[in-house]
Amino acid sequence: MKSNIAGRIAQIVPTMLLVSVLVFCLQQLMPGDPALVLAGEERGDPRVLAQIRAELWLDQPLIAQYFHWIGRVLHGDLGFSWHIRQPVVALVMQKLPVTLQLGGMAFVIAVLIGVPTGIVAAVYRNRFWDYVANAVGLAGLSTPNFWLGIMMILLFSVNLGWLPPSGFVPLSEDWHQSLATTIMPAFVLGNAIAAVLMRHTRSAMLSALDQDYIRTARAKGLSNWHVLTRHALRNALMPVVTLGALELGALLSGAVLTEQVFSIPGFGKMTVDAVFNRDFPVVQGVVLVTAFLFVMLNLAADLLYVVINPRLRRS
Amino acid sequence: MSARHPAILVARRFLRRPIAVMGLAVILLFVLGAIFAPLVAPYDPIATSWSAIRKAPSMAHWMGTDENGRDVFSRVIYGARASMLAGVISVLIAGGIGVPVGVLAGFAGGWTDALLSRLTDAILACPFLILAIALAAFLGPNLTNAMIAIGVSTAPRFMRVARAATLEVAALDFIDAARTVGTTPFKVAVRHILPNIVPPVLVQGTLAIAAAIIAEASLSFLGLGQQPPDPSWGSMLNAAHRFLSQAPWLAIFPGLAIFLCVLSFNLVGDGLRDALDPRGQ
Repeated sequence: MKSNIAGRIAQIVPTMLLVSVLVFCLQQLMPGDPALVLAGEERGDPRVLAQIRAELWLDQPLIAQYFHWIGRVLHGDLGFSWHIRQPVVALVMQKLPVTLQLGGMAFVIAVLIGVPTGIVAAVYRNRFWDYVANAVGLAGLSTPNFWLGIMMILLFSVNLGWLPPSGFVPLSEDWHQSLATTIMPAFVLGNAIAAVLMRHTRSAMLSALDQDYIRTARAKGLSNWHVLTRHALRNALMPVVTLGALELGALLSGAVLTEQVFSIPGFGKMTVDAVFNRDFPVVQGVVLVTAFLFVMLNLAADLLYVVINPRLRRS
Repeated sequence: MSARHPAILVARRFLRRPIAVMGLAVILLFVLGAIFAPLVAPYDPIATSWSAIRKAPSMAHWMGTDENGRDVFSRVIYGARASMLAGVISVLIAGGIGVPVGVLAGFAGGWTDALLSRLTDAILACPFLILAIALAAFLGPNLTNAMIAIGVSTAPRFMRVARAATLEVAALDFIDAARTVGTTPFKVAVRHILPNIVPPVLVQGTLAIAAAIIAEASLSFLGLGQQPPDPSWGSMLNAAHRFLSQAPWLAIFPGLAIFLCVLSFNLVGDGLRDALDPRGQ
């Protein structure tokens, strides 16, 4: 098993290497000369331009530029923001905790809604509650999360006045205010993932309930509750863990829109601001960091899968 | 075509699902609205009117007017053009890249497969919308670039589906038979494999249109898609966000249009999947 885990970890290297090539290539899509953007007022001065090009290795062949860039990335240097004039790593470190709090809450909400509704749908297969759960799930999948956010602000902030429409208070400052500012965005962000989790849980539970050992458990006279929770659910949750981890990428994507709607100063808002300020080092840094996070979270899910599945542990 | 032709059998099974048929009807309605927008829309979608700024829905303006006095109903109808076009074209781009690459990977195997699969993993590792935003940002914000960005970001999904389906088909006896009689690998791939992987690709395509419509609305909402004054559902919501307390109708109708359209594509996709694979029920 140890060699399996080592093999799985080794797989990350080529994937991340290719991601880095893709992110580097993004820069080549950009119209115009970055040195002109950076030079600002002094763009007419050929000496300034030459100096900037030399500093950024822009006067070197592409392959040399790539190795220079990846060398710095591996040393934890993602470059320098053109607009805010700060290292990209510092910006990411500053904004990421906000998004992680939001994403963490969203994932908890998604699991609390998605898994129980999936179980109910499977138990009442092809009956009323199954249809209700499926319809709600499909509606959740079809609702763009930024629109859901706007509608929730309309209802809970504008009409009812219960929650603030925007802003963010960190947990460490005032947990009560923090929850008040994040509950709506977290629900919006969790909504689509809840729908996906519900579908996965339903189909995993259906195939678990079809197994012979469930019939045996029922034949032994175990209560319905016991059969569901101890026998079916424990087996059904395993695929849900892996598939759920794949949704964490959707969480990062969704955060961009949710933070924009609720004016939350997180990672997503930083990305959008960087795009509009044509702050390309930040955009590149964001893609690289999110891809890395996603790959690591998937690895964590695969390892967790081994931990909770005794059959894999023994082999 | 005879009545026993597979396509007719699938169509019959699809038509027996009232909810999927309803989805198809709604899509047709949107498509017709988009094509005949100049005939259907009561007003010019970009004509401003200073005497009708932010008027609530009424008989004259069914969905009210926006911050420049433009008719929201007409803008929603014209907005269907941007959404439908973006949905279909970006999926064609995604399929056009993903399917040939997937067939090649599945059919060639070995190093080609390993390399293409790792490349797909790498693109899939970048969260979909973040990749699309980055591409749209580097290419420049407009509807065409948004479609390219969405298409390229979606391509890996088609590659995966096409590769898996190719592996399944390539293992069947008739492929061996075709190879034995000397058919070239290219001809085997195009004549024998491609037609047999259509069902899963079709299902993936329908569901991908739903996702692409949401993605285009998202990019336009962020200001990276359709540019003003041309209407798109996403950019209308962007403007509506600023006038939420004074003019809530601005936010309600474009969002409902996206929801209905995406829901319909999802219903048709689910219906198609069930109709193509009766065993899965």
